[in-house]
Amino acid sequence: MKLIEKFSGVFLLAGFFLFFGATLSLGIVPALMVDRVHPRLGLPSEVPEDFKVYYASAQLYGDALLLGRDVYIAEACWHCHSQFVRPAGNETLRYGPVSTPGEYNTILHLPQLLGTRRVGPDLSREAGLKSNDWHFAHLWNPQGTVPESIMPRYPWLFDLDENGLPVPNAKGIALVAYLQNIGYEFKDRAMSQWDHNDVLMPPTEDLALETTPSSEATSSSGDEAWE
Amino acid sequence: MGITTERAVETDPKKLEGLVDYKAVQLHFLAFFIYLAIVLLTGLSYSLQFLQKYPFPGVEILSPGRVRMVHTQGVAYGMLANGLFAILHYIIPKLTSFEVWSRKFGQALFWIYNTLVVGAVVLILAGYAQGLEWAETPKALDPLIAVTVVAMVVNWIVPMWKARAEPFYVSLWYILAALLWTPLVYVMGNFLPEYIFAGTAGAAISSMYIHDLVGLFVTPIGIAGVYYLLPVVMKRPLYSHALSIIGFWGLAFFYPLNSTHHYLYSPIPMWAQYASIVASIGVHVVVYTVIFNIFSTIGSDWKQLVTNRPVKWIFTGALFYLITCIQCAVQVTLSAQEIIHFTDWVVGHSHFVLFGVFTFWITAWVYWLLPRIWGVELYSNTLSRWHYWLAMLGIAIMQVDLLAAGLVQGMMWKAMAPFIESVSASVPFWWTRTFTGVMILTGEACFLVNIYMTWQESRRLKHGKKSLNLEVSREAH
Repeated sequence: MKLIEKFSGVFLLAGFFLFFGATLSLGIVPALMVDRVHPRLGLPSEVPEDFKVYYASAQLYGDALLLGRDVYIAEACWHCHSQFVRPAGNETLRYGPVSTPGEYNTILHLPQLLGTRRVGPDLSREAGLKSNDWHFAHLWNPQGTVPESIMPRYPWLFDLDENGLPVPNAKGIALVAYLQNIGYEFKDRAMSQWDHNDVLMPPTEDLALETTPSSEATSSSGDEAWE
Repeated sequence: MGITTERAVETDPKKLEGLVDYKAVQLHFLAFFIYLAIVLLTGLSYSLQFLQKYPFPGVEILSPGRVRMVHTQGVAYGMLANGLFAILHYIIPKLTSFEVWSRKFGQALFWIYNTLVVGAVVLILAGYAQGLEWAETPKALDPLIAVTVVAMVVNWIVPMWKARAEPFYVSLWYILAALLWTPLVYVMGNFLPEYIFAGTAGAAISSMYIHDLVGLFVTPIGIAGVYYLLPVVMKRPLYSHALSIIGFWGLAFFYPLNSTHHYLYSPIPMWAQYASIVASIGVHVVVYTVIFNIFSTIGSDWKQLVTNRPVKWIFTGALFYLITCIQCAVQVTLSAQEIIHFTDWVVGHSHFVLFGVFTFWITAWVYWLLPRIWGVELYSNTLSRWHYWLAMLGIAIMQVDLLAAGLVQGMMWKAMAPFIESVSASVPFWWTRTFTGVMILTGEACFLVNIYMTWQESRRLKHGKKSLNLEVSREAH
């Protein structure tokens, strides 16, 4: 009797060796490669200017980012918004610099939120594109800011004040803090070059530099760094 | 070169019949029906969000994002898993000629497993979902589900272990491998990216889970079911044993390597992406052998395609399987990915596979097995015909519609149209999608009514017989 038709053959060869071989080669090895090259990033050590009103210390801000990430998962935002820019389909023009593995090795991407569908636009260069108030208005009623939008409303991220007006609650503020943190290192350059809600043609002089963000370029405003 | 389909031929068929735990089979099919209804309703209401017509706007526990997760989790762990478990409870004792390890244990596991799935639905709606695709079951439930799945595997592997001395029929290879893979895949996909590997490293593992859930759990058991059912209902031998060997080992080799094709052009190391593309094209070996085997078996007496209900469902499922897999080889190439990734194309593809192929194959089983267990004819042929045509045309139109929508979206993005214009341009496609959803829902409603009435019929018959027996015994006195 041939081994490949028998219990032990199927069990050992197919069940174990082929599965573990594949998992090791295409799961664990790439995972370890990425982990070795890019050290795990922690949470930010400062509170951005816009959020000093809400969070007194970096500790509180860090906790808010984690809470915002949890809201992002609970509401399944990541099912309709991806978080990576591909070197294809003119995405560098629309969204900004191509994603690199180092960006994602952070506690905020445990579990990873790269996403596989874009019902709405990519969010990986979202930091600083819109004001906090825009985000609050958008989460309260997306059609208020973008009439054709098909995004659902999230009224439970808000409380009503004594005049019956919505005020973002802890979860709402945390979610916006999280959104304003995605791609924070590209914030200034993104602000100066892209507005992905409207037709966009980036300033031509910086085109060559988009795909190679360096730490210098991201620490100060983009234009100064390259002059 | 046909071979006998089951060793039942050598043993006493009546004795084999007694080995099957029909209570467990029926319980799992019942759960299959319930989740089928839930999945269709959640899918339909979620599709209405795309038309700005969601029936429960602003309700936290029925937020579209959460309902979507109930839809996908219901498909994977509720509907398909229960349908496949029912098939396993039937096939394994029949092919090994040994009972499952313990019937009581098996039935208890049914209740435990489904309690966990219902718990997952409730927790997802309450906002405790896990952030991993196809693994949204809340973190707290993951270890419990893993233990339950391992217990199920033990229950089913015992009869296979007892029969280990003999060579297995092809269905049993698929089942044995799937039983081994499923717990491994579940543990890998739910724990590694959640607790150990972040970012792109996590995505490499997570993509493996997305693919392995379909490739190493649903596909092998689905194919095992067809390889068993088709010769039995047609009363014809399977066309080729050699082809089934190639198909099985091709699946075992290529499928686990497909993973990274869910994240092409992502920051995952490029060699891993290339490897997954090559392996995805290699899957064709698997598909063509299976398809050729199924079609040739049906071709040996093709008139049964019209006269034999399960054969019709198996054939349609196999045809759709062929189409999705041709699609697969095209869509994994980087040039196609540039356009179709992130679009409705992918959504269309997954609906076609999970509904058009595997749900159709399970439907074939339901139509064949349940009336047989109950000892009655199916209640209505008309309803079953409506079911077939509505579900078949529904999913076929949905598929074409979503593929087209995907191309429109991808092209518009590449052409740098403002994002919101691609949304507006998709609205007609989304209307069509909802319409086909209604078609499918209507078809499946015919199915559920038909099965319910058949069951009623069997109860009436049973009752009637009892009272008849009673009268006879009275007369005898």
